Amino acid sequence: MNSNKSTECNIICRLWEKLKKPSLRYSLGALLAVGFVAGIIFWGGFNTAMEMTNTEEFCISCHEMRDNVYEEYKQTIHYTNRTGVRATCPDCHVPKEWQHKIVRKIKASNELLHKALGTIDTREKFEAKRLELAGNVWKAMKKTDSRECRNCHDFEFMDFGEQGRRAVSQHSTALDEDKTCIDCHKGIAHELPDMHSIDPTGVIGSN
Amino acid sequence: MINKLSIIASITLGVLAVTTSLQTHSAEVESLRGASELDRNSSAPEHKRYAKDGRPIARDYVQQPPLIPHKIDNYRINLKSNKCLSCHSWKNYREAGATKISQTHFEDRDKHVLANVSARRYFCTQCHVPQVNAPALVENEFEPITAISGE
Repeated sequence: MNSNKSTECNIICRLWEKLKKPSLRYSLGALLAVGFVAGIIFWGGFNTAMEMTNTEEFCISCHEMRDNVYEEYKQTIHYTNRTGVRATCPDCHVPKEWQHKIVRKIKASNELLHKALGTIDTREKFEAKRLELAGNVWKAMKKTDSRECRNCHDFEFMDFGEQGRRAVSQHSTALDEDKTCIDCHKGIAHELPDMHSIDPTGVIGSN
Repeated sequence: MINKLSIIASITLGVLAVTTSLQTHSAEVESLRGASELDRNSSAPEHKRYAKDGRPIARDYVQQPPLIPHKIDNYRINLKSNKCLSCHSWKNYREAGATKISQTHFEDRDKHVLANVSARRYFCTQCHVPQVNAPALVENEFEPITAISGE
């Protein structure tokens, strides 16, 4: 049985046999040079392709994003404001550092699956899922200490003297209590889900 | 025949009266914000700004709903959430350092006390409004009574 397998080598095993042997035809230098250039092309191409998925145009190329969260975001300060500085979808939803970014991009394969399944392909389905989806983002931001917010909004560089009364008192106590941005700033870029399960005293209806 | 004539005459008179009155009034429209020519684009009024953040504003009369002393841009009040209550509810006001909503807000119209904010008091901005830096359109000499102003 065993000898039979080694003699009738399939294509993968033949390729492996070939790869195992040292090259007799090409110099080590040539192999290294070709490998180096091919590496640059592969790596550059990989990152370019990944960055192409990191744009607002890419995000709203799906109607799920364009008709729901994007429309809501267009009403907020991160879309339009006094100075015209914007935070687009990936600025808040994709980490900047490579190692975190690649993890997020791998996790996004789940979003592709649900795109194919049509999990939120109507407004009604999206509304029904909103609490769960928002909860996922809140949980992630809490876990990373609102890392994506802090790419722009850093406590270290906040001038409390320029802030309003409420902001000063809230931000200074937040610093002491190790709070993170998302603890208070929920629903700033998209509509909130039904908050009944989060804070029943904050919504109409009996407790 | 006489009847028909009188009808025609009254219609012509009526049309004449309307056109002359339109002519006299088409020149300009007077309002508290000044006169504006109807056949020209009026210049946009200066954009008013909401006061960003301040101390509570004193009431001017006994039943006055307190004014909102801060900006409320993009604060949503709907069946899913109420941004005001995230600071002003009885559960949250201490932590937020905000004024708590009045006890009356838990009563329905028959004065039955409910377990949460009453539906008729839920939409805060029906009564409570923020302020802009606009001068009063009409001069008035209203003074709050001493019991309120303390003066």
